[in-house]
Amino acid sequence: MTDLQITVNGDPRRVPGPASLLDLLAHLGLDARSVVVELNREIVRRPRLGDISLAEGDTVELVHFVGGG
Amino acid sequence: MLVDGPFASLRVTRDQPSFTMTRLGPLIFASMSTTLEPTELVDTPLTIGGRHFRSRLMAGTGKYRTNQEMVQAIEASGAEIVTVAVRRVDLDRTKEEGVLHHLSPERHFLLANTAGCYTADEAIRYARLAREAGFNEFVKLEVIGDRETLLPDTAGLLSAARALVKDGFSVLAYTNDDLVTALRLQEAGCAAVMPLASPIGSGLGLLNPYGIRAIKRRLEVPVIVDAGVGTASDACLTMEQGVDGILMNTALAEARDPVTMAWAMRHAVDAGRAAYLAGRMPRREIAVPSSPDRGMLA
Repeated sequence: MTDLQITVNGDPRRVPGPASLLDLLAHLGLDARSVVVELNREIVRRPRLGDISLAEGDTVELVHFVGGG
Repeated sequence: MLVDGPFASLRVTRDQPSFTMTRLGPLIFASMSTTLEPTELVDTPLTIGGRHFRSRLMAGTGKYRTNQEMVQAIEASGAEIVTVAVRRVDLDRTKEEGVLHHLSPERHFLLANTAGCYTADEAIRYARLAREAGFNEFVKLEVIGDRETLLPDTAGLLSAARALVKDGFSVLAYTNDDLVTALRLQEAGCAAVMPLASPIGSGLGLLNPYGIRAIKRRLEVPVIVDAGVGTASDACLTMEQGVDGILMNTALAEARDPVTMAWAMRHAVDAGRAAYLAGRMPRREIAVPSSPDRGMLA
Protein backbone atom coordinates (compact mmCIF):
# COMPACT_ATOMS: atom_id res chain seq x y z
CA MET A 1 0.00 0.00 0.00
CA THR A 2 1.53 3.25 -1.16
CA ASP A 3 -0.19 6.54 -1.56
CA LEU A 4 -0.40 7.97 -5.06
CA GLN A 5 0.03 11.64 -5.75
CA ILE A 6 -2.39 12.59 -8.53
CA THR A 7 -4.30 15.63 -9.73
CA VAL A 8 -8.09 15.50 -9.67
CA ASN A 9 -10.11 18.34 -11.17
CA GLY A 10 -7.13 20.64 -10.99
CA ASP A 11 -6.23 19.98 -7.36
CA PRO A 12 -3.39 17.80 -6.05
CA ARG A 13 -4.66 14.82 -4.11
CA ARG A 14 -3.15 11.80 -2.37
CA VAL A 15 -5.09 8.59 -2.74
CA PRO A 16 -4.33 5.14 -1.33
CA GLY A 17 -2.84 2.86 -3.97
CA PRO A 18 -3.01 0.67 -5.81
CA ALA A 19 -6.31 1.99 -7.10
CA SER A 20 -8.36 1.78 -10.24
CA LEU A 21 -10.39 4.72 -11.52
CA LEU A 22 -13.46 3.01 -10.09
CA ASP A 23 -11.71 2.87 -6.70
CA LEU A 24 -10.97 6.59 -6.99
CA LEU A 25 -14.65 7.35 -7.60
CA ALA A 26 -15.63 5.24 -4.59
CA HIS A 27 -12.95 6.99 -2.52
CA LEU A 28 -14.47 10.34 -3.52
CA GLY A 29 -18.02 9.14 -2.88
CA LEU A 30 -19.08 9.46 -6.51
CA ASP A 31 -21.40 7.22 -8.48
CA ALA A 32 -19.72 6.07 -11.70
CA ARG A 33 -23.04 6.39 -13.53
CA SER A 34 -23.24 10.11 -12.87
CA VAL A 35 -19.77 11.24 -13.92
CA VAL A 36 -17.62 11.11 -17.01
CA VAL A 37 -13.94 10.38 -16.43
CA GLU A 38 -11.00 11.72 -18.35
CA LEU A 39 -7.54 10.34 -17.54
CA ASN A 40 -4.58 12.32 -18.88
CA ARG A 41 -6.89 13.96 -21.46
CA GLU A 42 -8.30 10.62 -22.67
CA ILE A 43 -11.92 9.71 -21.97
CA VAL A 44 -12.26 6.42 -20.12
CA ARG A 45 -15.49 4.65 -20.91
CA ARG A 46 -17.55 3.52 -17.95
CA PRO A 47 -17.09 -0.28 -18.36
CA ARG A 48 -13.30 0.17 -18.28
CA LEU A 49 -13.09 2.26 -15.10
CA GLY A 50 -12.36 -0.83 -12.98
CA ASP A 51 -9.64 -2.05 -15.35
CA ILE A 52 -7.46 1.02 -15.39
CA SER A 53 -5.05 1.57 -12.52
CA LEU A 54 -3.98 5.01 -11.40
CA ALA A 55 -0.30 5.85 -11.70
CA GLU A 56 1.76 8.44 -9.85
CA GLY A 57 1.31 11.87 -11.45
CA ASP A 58 -1.91 11.05 -13.30
CA THR A 59 -4.30 13.86 -14.11
CA VAL A 60 -7.96 12.99 -13.73
CA GLU A 61 -10.96 15.08 -14.69
CA LEU A 62 -14.40 14.18 -13.37
CA VAL A 63 -17.26 16.03 -15.05
CA HIS A 64 -21.03 15.98 -15.06
CA PHE A 65 -23.93 18.01 -16.41
CA VAL A 66 -24.86 21.23 -14.68
CA GLY A 67 -27.42 23.89 -15.51
CA GLY A 68 -26.52 25.86 -18.62
CA GLY A 69 -27.88 27.52 -21.74
CA MET B 1 -58.22 18.84 -45.64
CA LEU B 2 -54.95 20.21 -46.91
CA VAL B 3 -54.68 23.92 -47.45
CA ASP B 4 -53.30 24.92 -50.85
CA GLY B 5 -50.71 27.62 -50.95
CA PRO B 6 -47.25 28.23 -49.66
CA PHE B 7 -47.63 26.24 -46.45
CA ALA B 8 -48.34 22.71 -47.51
CA SER B 9 -47.38 21.63 -44.03
CA LEU B 10 -50.33 23.42 -42.52
CA ARG B 11 -53.36 21.26 -42.16
CA VAL B 12 -56.78 22.43 -41.24
CA THR B 13 -58.97 19.76 -39.82
CA ARG B 14 -62.62 19.92 -38.91
CA ASP B 15 -64.87 17.63 -36.96
CA GLN B 16 -61.97 15.77 -35.43
CA PRO B 17 -61.51 15.34 -31.73
CA SER B 18 -58.45 17.24 -30.59
CA PHE B 19 -56.81 14.30 -28.86
CA THR B 20 -56.07 12.70 -32.21
CA MET B 21 -54.07 15.74 -33.24
CA THR B 22 -52.27 16.74 -30.07
CA ARG B 23 -49.49 14.28 -30.72
CA LEU B 24 -48.74 15.77 -34.13
CA GLY B 25 -47.82 19.31 -33.32
CA PRO B 26 -47.98 22.24 -30.95
CA LEU B 27 -50.56 24.32 -32.75
CA ILE B 28 -53.98 23.22 -31.69
CA PHE B 29 -56.63 25.88 -31.87
CA ALA B 30 -60.28 25.33 -31.19
CA SER B 31 -62.62 27.98 -32.51
CA MET B 32 -64.67 29.56 -29.76
CA SER B 33 -67.53 30.34 -32.15
CA THR B 34 -70.78 28.61 -31.38
CA THR B 35 -71.71 28.37 -35.05
CA LEU B 36 -68.50 26.80 -36.40
CA GLU B 37 -67.17 23.36 -35.78
CA PRO B 38 -63.82 23.31 -34.00
CA THR B 39 -60.94 24.11 -36.32
CA GLU B 40 -57.45 22.90 -35.63
CA LEU B 41 -54.23 24.00 -37.20
CA VAL B 42 -51.56 21.37 -37.04
CA ASP B 43 -47.93 22.16 -37.73
CA THR B 44 -45.33 19.69 -38.88
CA PRO B 45 -42.95 18.50 -36.17
CA LEU B 46 -39.54 20.10 -35.90
CA THR B 47 -36.97 17.64 -37.25
CA ILE B 48 -33.32 17.99 -36.30
CA GLY B 49 -30.72 15.38 -37.15
CA GLY B 50 -33.44 12.84 -37.94
CA ARG B 51 -35.25 13.30 -34.62
CA HIS B 52 -38.70 14.81 -34.35
CA PHE B 53 -39.73 17.35 -31.75
CA ARG B 54 -43.16 18.69 -30.93
CA SER B 55 -42.13 21.89 -29.20
CA ARG B 56 -40.32 24.70 -31.01
CA LEU B 57 -39.20 26.20 -27.73
CA MET B 58 -35.96 24.95 -26.24
CA ALA B 59 -34.99 25.90 -22.73
CA GLY B 60 -31.70 26.32 -20.95
CA THR B 61 -31.26 25.15 -17.38
CA GLY B 62 -28.78 27.75 -16.09
CA LYS B 63 -29.08 30.65 -13.67
CA TYR B 64 -32.41 29.77 -12.01
CA ARG B 65 -32.74 30.81 -8.39
CA THR B 66 -33.65 27.27 -7.37
CA ASN B 67 -33.73 23.90 -9.04
CA GLN B 68 -37.42 23.62 -8.28
CA GLU B 69 -38.09 26.86 -10.12
CA MET B 70 -36.03 25.60 -13.07
CA VAL B 71 -38.01 22.37 -13.27
CA GLN B 72 -41.36 24.17 -13.00
CA ALA B 73 -40.41 26.77 -15.59
CA ILE B 74 -39.28 24.13 -18.07
CA GLU B 75 -42.52 22.26 -17.48
CA ALA B 76 -44.55 25.43 -18.11
CA SER B 77 -42.55 26.22 -21.26
CA GLY B 78 -43.47 22.86 -22.80
CA ALA B 79 -39.86 22.51 -23.95
CA GLU B 80 -38.70 19.05 -24.95
CA ILE B 81 -35.10 19.96 -25.68
CA VAL B 82 -33.26 21.32 -22.67
CA THR B 83 -29.66 22.41 -22.68
CA VAL B 84 -27.06 21.48 -20.09
CA ALA B 85 -23.40 22.38 -19.59
CA VAL B 86 -20.41 20.14 -18.85
CA ARG B 87 -18.43 21.12 -15.76
CA ARG B 88 -16.13 19.58 -13.19
CA VAL B 89 -17.80 17.77 -10.32
CA ASP B 90 -17.37 19.89 -7.19
CA LEU B 91 -15.34 17.53 -5.01
CA ASP B 92 -15.32 19.72 -1.92
CA ARG B 93 -19.09 19.74 -1.79
CA THR B 94 -20.04 16.31 -3.03
CA LYS B 95 -23.59 17.00 -1.94
CA GLU B 96 -23.70 19.37 -4.89
CA GLU B 97 -25.90 17.57 -7.36
CA GLY B 98 -25.73 17.61 -11.11
CA VAL B 99 -28.70 18.88 -13.07
CA LEU B 100 -29.80 15.29 -13.73
CA HIS B 101 -30.89 14.99 -10.13
CA HIS B 102 -33.69 17.36 -11.05
CA LEU B 103 -34.40 16.73 -14.73
CA SER B 104 -35.32 13.35 -16.11
CA PRO B 105 -33.53 12.32 -19.30
CA GLU B 106 -36.62 10.26 -20.13
CA ARG B 107 -38.80 13.35 -20.05
CA HIS B 108 -36.43 15.77 -21.74
CA PHE B 109 -34.01 15.57 -24.61
CA LEU B 110 -30.69 16.69 -23.14
CA LEU B 111 -28.71 18.94 -25.42
CA ALA B 112 -25.22 19.44 -24.03
CA ASN B 113 -23.48 22.68 -24.88
CA THR B 114 -19.84 23.69 -25.11
CA ALA B 115 -20.48 27.01 -23.39
CA GLY B 116 -17.37 28.62 -22.00
CA CYS B 117 -15.09 27.18 -24.70
CA TYR B 118 -12.87 29.65 -26.51
CA THR B 119 -11.06 27.34 -28.92
CA ALA B 120 -12.15 24.61 -31.32
CA ASP B 121 -10.04 22.02 -29.47
CA GLU B 122 -11.62 22.90 -26.14
CA ALA B 123 -15.13 22.70 -27.62
CA ILE B 124 -14.37 19.31 -29.19
CA ARG B 125 -13.09 18.03 -25.84
CA TYR B 126 -16.26 19.17 -24.06
CA ALA B 127 -18.50 17.71 -26.77
CA ARG B 128 -16.83 14.31 -26.44
CA LEU B 129 -17.15 14.36 -22.66
CA ALA B 130 -20.83 15.22 -23.04
CA ARG B 131 -21.44 12.39 -25.49
CA GLU B 132 -19.77 9.98 -23.07
CA ALA B 133 -22.50 10.73 -20.55
CA GLY B 134 -24.49 8.49 -22.84
CA PHE B 135 -27.67 10.36 -23.73
CA ASN B 136 -27.34 11.31 -27.39
CA GLU B 137 -24.96 12.44 -30.11
CA PHE B 138 -26.28 16.01 -30.24
CA VAL B 139 -24.18 18.96 -29.20
CA LYS B 140 -24.91 22.66 -29.08
CA LEU B 141 -21.57 23.88 -30.29
CA GLU B 142 -20.32 27.19 -28.96
CA VAL B 143 -16.86 28.54 -29.66
CA ILE B 144 -16.77 31.96 -28.06
CA GLY B 145 -14.50 34.65 -29.44
CA ASP B 146 -14.94 37.55 -27.03
CA ARG B 147 -15.60 37.67 -23.30
CA GLU B 148 -17.56 40.90 -23.27
CA THR B 149 -20.05 40.12 -26.03
CA LEU B 150 -19.80 36.30 -26.03
CA LEU B 151 -19.95 36.55 -29.81
CA PRO B 152 -18.80 33.42 -31.63
CA ASP B 153 -15.34 32.85 -33.03
CA THR B 154 -16.62 31.83 -36.44
CA ALA B 155 -13.30 30.40 -37.66
CA GLY B 156 -13.01 28.19 -34.57
CA LEU B 157 -16.69 27.32 -34.81
CA LEU B 158 -16.38 26.08 -38.40
CA SER B 159 -13.27 24.10 -37.60
CA ALA B 160 -14.90 22.45 -34.55
CA ALA B 161 -18.13 21.80 -36.48
CA ARG B 162 -16.27 19.98 -39.24
CA ALA B 163 -14.36 17.84 -36.74
CA LEU B 164 -17.44 16.95 -34.70
CA VAL B 165 -19.58 16.11 -37.75
CA LYS B 166 -16.78 13.81 -38.92
CA ASP B 167 -16.81 12.23 -35.46
CA GLY B 168 -20.53 11.41 -35.75
CA PHE B 169 -22.06 14.28 -33.80
CA SER B 170 -25.28 16.06 -34.69
CA VAL B 171 -24.02 19.60 -34.39
CA LEU B 172 -26.28 22.54 -33.60
CA ALA B 173 -24.02 25.54 -34.05
CA TYR B 174 -24.47 28.76 -32.10
CA THR B 175 -23.48 31.55 -34.46
CA ASN B 176 -24.09 35.20 -35.22
CA ASP B 177 -26.61 36.62 -37.68
CA ASP B 178 -24.22 36.38 -40.62
CA LEU B 179 -25.58 34.50 -43.62
CA VAL B 180 -22.21 33.41 -44.99
CA THR B 181 -21.15 31.81 -41.71
CA ALA B 182 -24.54 30.08 -41.53
CA LEU B 183 -24.07 28.73 -45.06
CA ARG B 184 -20.59 27.46 -44.23
CA LEU B 185 -21.91 25.74 -41.10
CA GLN B 186 -24.55 24.00 -43.19
CA GLU B 187 -21.87 22.95 -45.70
CA ALA B 188 -19.85 21.61 -42.78
CA GLY B 189 -22.74 19.23 -42.09
CA CYS B 190 -24.36 20.89 -39.08
CA ALA B 191 -27.78 19.47 -38.17
CA ALA B 192 -29.06 22.96 -37.31
CA VAL B 193 -27.75 26.48 -37.28
CA MET B 194 -28.45 28.71 -34.28
CA PRO B 195 -28.05 32.40 -35.01
CA LEU B 196 -28.42 34.82 -32.13
CA ALA B 197 -31.22 37.34 -31.79
CA SER B 198 -28.84 39.47 -29.70
CA PRO B 199 -25.93 38.65 -27.37
CA ILE B 200 -26.28 35.83 -24.83
CA GLY B 201 -28.03 36.97 -21.67
CA SER B 202 -28.62 40.49 -23.04
CA GLY B 203 -32.41 40.33 -23.38
CA LEU B 204 -32.18 42.88 -26.20
CA GLY B 205 -34.55 40.93 -28.43
CA LEU B 206 -34.33 40.43 -32.18
CA LEU B 207 -31.84 43.04 -33.43
CA ASN B 208 -31.54 41.94 -37.03
CA PRO B 209 -34.76 40.43 -38.37
CA TYR B 210 -33.49 40.92 -41.93
CA GLY B 211 -30.36 38.86 -41.21
CA ILE B 212 -32.35 36.09 -39.54
CA ARG B 213 -34.83 35.98 -42.43
CA ALA B 214 -31.97 35.81 -44.92
CA ILE B 215 -30.47 32.85 -43.05
CA LYS B 216 -33.82 31.08 -42.85
CA ARG B 217 -34.52 31.69 -46.52
CA ARG B 218 -31.20 30.29 -47.68
CA LEU B 219 -30.65 27.32 -45.36
CA GLU B 220 -32.17 23.90 -45.66
CA VAL B 221 -31.27 22.73 -42.17
CA PRO B 222 -33.40 24.02 -39.28
CA VAL B 223 -32.67 27.54 -38.07
CA ILE B 224 -33.10 27.88 -34.30
CA VAL B 225 -32.64 31.37 -32.91
CA ASP B 226 -30.46 31.09 -29.82
CA ALA B 227 -29.87 33.85 -27.30
CA GLY B 228 -31.07 37.39 -26.76
CA VAL B 229 -34.82 36.95 -26.49
CA GLY B 230 -35.97 38.94 -23.46
CA THR B 231 -39.73 38.67 -23.26
CA ALA B 232 -42.74 37.14 -24.98
CA SER B 233 -43.04 39.76 -27.73
CA ASP B 234 -39.40 39.11 -28.69
CA ALA B 235 -40.14 35.40 -29.01
CA CYS B 236 -43.28 36.03 -31.04
CA LEU B 237 -41.53 38.46 -33.39
CA THR B 238 -38.66 36.02 -33.82
CA MET B 239 -40.97 33.13 -34.72
CA GLU B 240 -42.83 35.41 -37.15
CA GLN B 241 -39.63 35.58 -39.21
CA GLY B 242 -40.25 31.92 -40.08
CA VAL B 243 -37.45 30.34 -38.06
CA ASP B 244 -37.88 26.79 -36.85
CA GLY B 245 -37.53 27.40 -33.14
CA ILE B 246 -36.01 29.42 -30.32
CA LEU B 247 -33.66 28.49 -27.50
CA MET B 248 -33.90 30.68 -24.42
CA ASN B 249 -32.50 30.61 -20.92
CA THR B 250 -31.96 33.97 -19.22
CA ALA B 251 -35.36 35.33 -20.29
CA LEU B 252 -36.92 32.60 -18.16
CA ALA B 253 -34.37 32.31 -15.36
CA GLU B 254 -34.11 36.04 -14.69
CA ALA B 255 -37.79 36.87 -14.98
CA ARG B 256 -39.32 37.91 -11.68
CA ASP B 257 -41.58 34.88 -12.08
CA PRO B 258 -39.87 32.33 -14.33
CA VAL B 259 -42.82 29.92 -14.39
CA THR B 260 -45.29 32.55 -15.60
CA MET B 261 -42.75 33.86 -18.12
CA ALA B 262 -42.27 30.30 -19.39
CA TRP B 263 -46.03 30.04 -19.92
CA ALA B 264 -45.99 33.36 -21.80
CA MET B 265 -43.04 32.24 -23.93
CA ARG B 266 -44.73 28.98 -24.83
CA HIS B 267 -47.76 30.85 -26.12
CA ALA B 268 -45.64 33.53 -27.81
CA VAL B 269 -43.69 30.88 -29.71
CA ASP B 270 -46.91 29.17 -30.78
CA ALA B 271 -48.54 32.49 -31.71
CA GLY B 272 -45.51 33.64 -33.70
CA ARG B 273 -45.32 30.32 -35.50
CA ALA B 274 -49.04 30.38 -36.32
CA ALA B 275 -48.82 33.97 -37.54
CA TYR B 276 -45.92 33.05 -39.79
CA LEU B 277 -47.84 30.07 -41.18
CA ALA B 278 -50.96 32.21 -41.58
CA GLY B 279 -49.06 34.78 -43.65
CA ARG B 280 -49.41 38.36 -42.51
CA MET B 281 -51.22 41.09 -44.46
CA PRO B 282 -49.10 43.46 -46.50
CA ARG B 283 -47.77 46.61 -44.87
CA ARG B 284 -49.25 49.76 -46.46
CA GLU B 285 -48.35 53.37 -46.00
CA ILE B 286 -51.95 54.49 -46.53
CA ALA B 287 -55.12 53.60 -44.71
CA VAL B 288 -57.66 51.23 -46.23
CA PRO B 289 -61.11 51.35 -44.63
CA SER B 290 -62.40 48.16 -43.10
CA SER B 291 -66.05 49.22 -43.41
CA PRO B 292 -67.79 49.65 -46.78
CA ASP B 293 -67.55 52.98 -48.59
CA ARG B 294 -70.98 52.33 -50.07
CA GLY B 295 -74.25 52.59 -48.21
CA MET B 296 -73.41 55.74 -46.31
CA LEU B 297 -76.37 58.04 -45.53
CA ALA B 298 -76.89 60.89 -47.95
